[in-house]
Amino acid sequence: MLVEVDHVTKRYGDKLAVDDLSFSIDQGEVVGFLGPNGAGKSTTMNMITGYLSATEGNISIAGYDILEEPIEAKKHIGYLPEMPPLYVDMTVHEYLDFLYELKKCKIPRRQHLEEICEAVRITDVFERVIRNLSKGYRQRVGLAGALIGSPELLILDEPTVGLDPQQIIEIRSLIKELGSKCTVILSSHILSEIEAVCNRVLVIDHGRLIADDSPDNLSKNLSGDASVHVRVLGDEEGIRKTLVSLPKVKEVVYNGLKEESAHEFRVVPEERVDLRSDIAKALVNGGFDVIGLRFAEMTLEEIFLDLIAKEDRE
Amino acid sequence: MATILRREIRAYFSSPIGYILLAAFWALAGWYFYVSVLMTATAELRNVYNAMGTISIFLIPMMTMRLFSEDKRLKTEQALLTAPISLWELVLGKFLSSMCIYAINVSIVLVYGITVSIFSKVEWPVTIGLFIGMMMFGGAMIAIGMFISSLTENQIIAAIGTFAVLLSVGILDNVAKIVDNSLIKAFLYAISFNNRFYDFTLGVIQLKDVVFFLSVMFLFCYFTTRVFERRRYS
Repeated sequence: MLVEVDHVTKRYGDKLAVDDLSFSIDQGEVVGFLGPNGAGKSTTMNMITGYLSATEGNISIAGYDILEEPIEAKKHIGYLPEMPPLYVDMTVHEYLDFLYELKKCKIPRRQHLEEICEAVRITDVFERVIRNLSKGYRQRVGLAGALIGSPELLILDEPTVGLDPQQIIEIRSLIKELGSKCTVILSSHILSEIEAVCNRVLVIDHGRLIADDSPDNLSKNLSGDASVHVRVLGDEEGIRKTLVSLPKVKEVVYNGLKEESAHEFRVVPEERVDLRSDIAKALVNGGFDVIGLRFAEMTLEEIFLDLIAKEDRE
Repeated sequence: MATILRREIRAYFSSPIGYILLAAFWALAGWYFYVSVLMTATAELRNVYNAMGTISIFLIPMMTMRLFSEDKRLKTEQALLTAPISLWELVLGKFLSSMCIYAINVSIVLVYGITVSIFSKVEWPVTIGLFIGMMMFGGAMIAIGMFISSLTENQIIAAIGTFAVLLSVGILDNVAKIVDNSLIKAFLYAISFNNRFYDFTLGVIQLKDVVFFLSVMFLFCYFTTRVFERRRYS
């Protein structure tokens, strides 16, 4: 196990930021922390890197306890916090040199720095002062800093926040690339981002772990009930009756009036079957005008509500 | 530690403030040198040292204010505190960087010593002793300034806070003079920086004074490490 988080709790005064969190991460995994803002993602990352300490519980990196043997443990970590810790008065070259020495890196300096700059594509700004760089470049310089010393574990806190779409795509593919060489933990509040990069998702809400699964399973289990949203013009009761009378329909939920006069329903099937054509036919035969029909895609909020509801049931 | 030290010195002299402070310090020291040595045609550097001690109370808060405040504000402390180095390496690196900068400031008196030696005989052991005394006195104040800087992310607050504390410490022996209780009087004299610094300006290096200032330096470096230790748990 590269990372062991064992019943970790963190309190800020009265506020509970992380609540009895336990998980472990193996070598080579690319793990995403998914959760809304304030869920405890950054706090957890700050505890893993030793910037904060847990109120209760233990964290170990490659077998070294982060509080008992911090120096050994920290040697295995490359960390990019939410705000890259850049000395803006330095050039990229000076900054990376500084980190190289700070981390007491033993790898031959010139080649190592060249390789990193090549990988994160900052070779062209190597001699420029960081103050004058764009947000995208700064993020990459921060990433370069985290990569110094070739750490086994890379921790990236919201690495794509504040970047433009082009830069987001670049950073994502970069992280994918890095994921083939080392273990990566990254946090995000965007499901699709985690789906694109990670092979395991930890969903965190209110400091608790509410799901630990692969992204595919997660979206299958959650949005996988194949519910259909349908918008129809006509009499509400009549539409409901038509929908309920369809075979394989488990539940019909009224979502209210949309677009002024259209009734929206959510139709939940008994099993994972595509009901769209059946619904359309039945409604049209019943004399109603169908103006919209689509699978219900769950938003992150709905996923959370769903997961939390699931947890409460258990 | 050396890495932190080098970066701090470079950062200090990459902004105009480093040069402005250096210029101001040397200008004021030069004025005192002119008035108390050249005008009176004596080879006594003691008064220059005394004056420099007082100027240091103004200089040091501005030197130490950015040590930790800036890292806290810019979040660069996350890089420092998650790097595989100990808190002591970090704190000592910062502390020694200010000591070096202070030494550069104070070294001007050695230049005065050489100047005076052209015209008359300079008592070098006394002058060197005075220089060491300056460093002891300054080091204790730097440690206090660094500690205060670690408490806030606002450099101005750090500077004003440090200035207030150093000034208070500076008038301790004046307070001692008007206190009746002999125990408190003795205590105030004992912890007065000026009182001990005065011994150095007489050219006397006493072990107890050196130990006192080194203890203050150690204590406040230690306190600074505790600030970070404690913040991790808050």
